[in-house]
Amino acid sequence: MKKEFKVIADLLPNNTRVLDVGCGDGSLMNFLKKEKNIEVRGLELNQDNVQQCIRKGLPVIQGNAETELHQFPDQSFDYVVLSQTLQAFYEPEEVLKNLLKIGKSVIVSIPNFGFWKVRIKLLFFGEMPVTKTLPNTWYNTPNLHMCTIKDLFKFCDEKNINIKKVVGVSEDKTSLIKKSNLEIKNLFSKLGIFLIG
Amino acid sequence: MPSLAGLFFWMNRKIEDINKILVKKPLKLDCGKTINNFPLAYETYGKLNANKDNAILVFHALTGDQFVTGTNPITNKEGWWVTAVGPGKAIDTDKYFVICANVIGGCMGSLGPKDTNPENNQPYGLEFPVITIKDMVKAQESLLEHLGIKKLLCATGGSMGGMQLLQFCATFPDKTFSAIPIACSSSHSAQNIALNELARQAIMADPVWDNGKYVSKSVQPKNGLAVARMVGHISYLSEKGMQEKFGRKLQEKADYEFSFNADFQVESYLRHQGYAFVERFDANSILYITRAMDYFDLSKQFNGGLVEAFKNQNTKFLVISFSSDWLYTTKENKDIVIALNSSGADVSYSEIATDKGHDSFLLNEPEFLKTLKGFVDSMYEKFKNEKRI
Repeated sequence: MKKEFKVIADLLPNNTRVLDVGCGDGSLMNFLKKEKNIEVRGLELNQDNVQQCIRKGLPVIQGNAETELHQFPDQSFDYVVLSQTLQAFYEPEEVLKNLLKIGKSVIVSIPNFGFWKVRIKLLFFGEMPVTKTLPNTWYNTPNLHMCTIKDLFKFCDEKNINIKKVVGVSEDKTSLIKKSNLEIKNLFSKLGIFLIG
Repeated sequence: MPSLAGLFFWMNRKIEDINKILVKKPLKLDCGKTINNFPLAYETYGKLNANKDNAILVFHALTGDQFVTGTNPITNKEGWWVTAVGPGKAIDTDKYFVICANVIGGCMGSLGPKDTNPENNQPYGLEFPVITIKDMVKAQESLLEHLGIKKLLCATGGSMGGMQLLQFCATFPDKTFSAIPIACSSSHSAQNIALNELARQAIMADPVWDNGKYVSKSVQPKNGLAVARMVGHISYLSEKGMQEKFGRKLQEKADYEFSFNADFQVESYLRHQGYAFVERFDANSILYITRAMDYFDLSKQFNGGLVEAFKNQNTKFLVISFSSDWLYTTKENKDIVIALNSSGADVSYSEIATDKGHDSFLLNEPEFLKTLKGFVDSMYEKFKNEKRI
C-alpha cells in the first residue's frame, strides 16, 4: 500500500460516499471500500484501467476529468479525491472548482516541486528535475502545471478555498503542514496532500 | 431452390417445435388493447443452479431472435450473439443460465402479425395491435415467472435489446441484480426514427406488401424488405469501417460494366444482406418492431425525467458504447449514465474505441468482450455473497 493512500484513507471517515478522480486500476477504491466501508465511485480515462476496475467489481466511469465532471450532480459526494493529477490538467483551476462543486470536501495530492532534491537539480545542475515522484523528462512529462506545496497554499488563499488540513509525505514519514512550518515542510516533503472545501 | 411459399411452410413447421409458453395472464398493451393466451417463444442455454442465482436474461435487437448462440434451428446459421455467449465465452454458458425470448410482434414463434387473428381466422397483418418496448418487456416478465426466477443475476442487450433492458429496470426495479445496456438510447432520436421510416416506406412501397395482407397469400414483399434491410446495414457500419472493408473495390470484375448490376463490392454486400434477410424475417414484423423503437421514450413515461425513471434502483449498471457508433452514439449512452448518476445508482461506463460502428456489439471486439466478462463475473461473486447474507 502506497503511503499516500494510507494518508488519504486516514483523512476519510467511515461509511462516506467518495469519488476517486483518475482512479487508475482501482487500488485506492478497493482499499477504501474494504478498510472503511466507503461507497466508492471512480472516474478514469484509460481503457485498461477501466477494465481492471470493472473486473474488481468497482463502479467506474470512463471519461476525462477535464471535461466530464459535470455529469455528477452538485454535492453528490462527501469527498472527491484527486491523486497527483492536478498538475496534468490544461485548466487546473477549473477542475478544482468543479471538484469542489460535486464534493462537499476535496482531497488533492500534488508532487511537490519545492522538494529539496528538485531544487538542487535545477539550481546546481541547471536541468529539469527527474525524481521518483517526477519520473519523466521535460519532453515527455504529462505535467503541464507543476507547483509547490507553498504555491497551492497561496492559491487556496487567493481563491478563498478553505484549507482544512495539509499533510506532507517524505519517504516513510508524514507530518502536518501549517502556515507556521510551511517553509521547512515545503523543502522536505515529496508530496503534499490537501483536504479542502 | 424452394419457392418462398414452400420455405414459409417449412419454417412454420419448424417454428411449431421451438420452446414456447402460452401466456395466460391478460397483457394490457400501451395502445389500449389487451392480448391473452398468447405464445412467447424462448430459448435457454446452460443450467439454472440450485440457488437460482446464475440466470442472465438477454434481450434481442430489431432483427434478432431467441437463438442467441449455438446453431439457430430455423435458419441453420450461428446464433446472433455467438461471439459473446456460449461455453467459455464472455457470458459463459458453462457457468450461467442464459435466457432469451422472442419479442412479441416478432416472427420467431412469439405472437406477431403473421399469426392468425382468432376473431376472423385470418393472419393479423395490420390488424395486429401496435406494440411498444414496454409491452415486449412485460410479456417477458411472464417467462421469468414461468421459469421460477425471482431475481436475475444480470440482464443485458444491445441496441433495441438495451432499450428493452432500460425499460425492464424502470418497470421492474427489483428483478435484476445487475444490468448491461449496450449501444442504446433512452429515447429514439430523430435520425433513428427517420431511418426506421425509410425502412417502413421501402416495405410499404412494394406492391406485394398489399397493406400487410400478403401473409394470407404466402408471399413476402421481398424487394421492399430487402431495401429496408440494406438501410439498416448501412447504419450499423461506420464511414471509416465501410471504407476500409469495401473502398471502391469491384465485385469479381476488372472494370466497370457500364450497367446497374452490382459493380462495387459494397453494392453486392448490401444486396446479399438484403435478400438473405427476406428468407428469415416477416416484413410486417419489421413495421411493428421499428414502430415500437420509435415510440420508446423513457423520459416521457416518467414525466420528462430520466432521473425519475431510475429512482430507487438497486441494480448495478454497466453502460457500454462504441466510439464509431453513429446510430446510438456515445453521447446518447452517456445521457443514460448521467441520469443513473443523478439518481444515485451504482453505474459504470466504458466507451470501446473501434471503427466497426453499431455492429461492434455483435462482433469479436476483444476489449468489449473482456469488459463484459469482467463485469458479469464480478457481479456473480457479489450476488452470491449478497444472497448468503
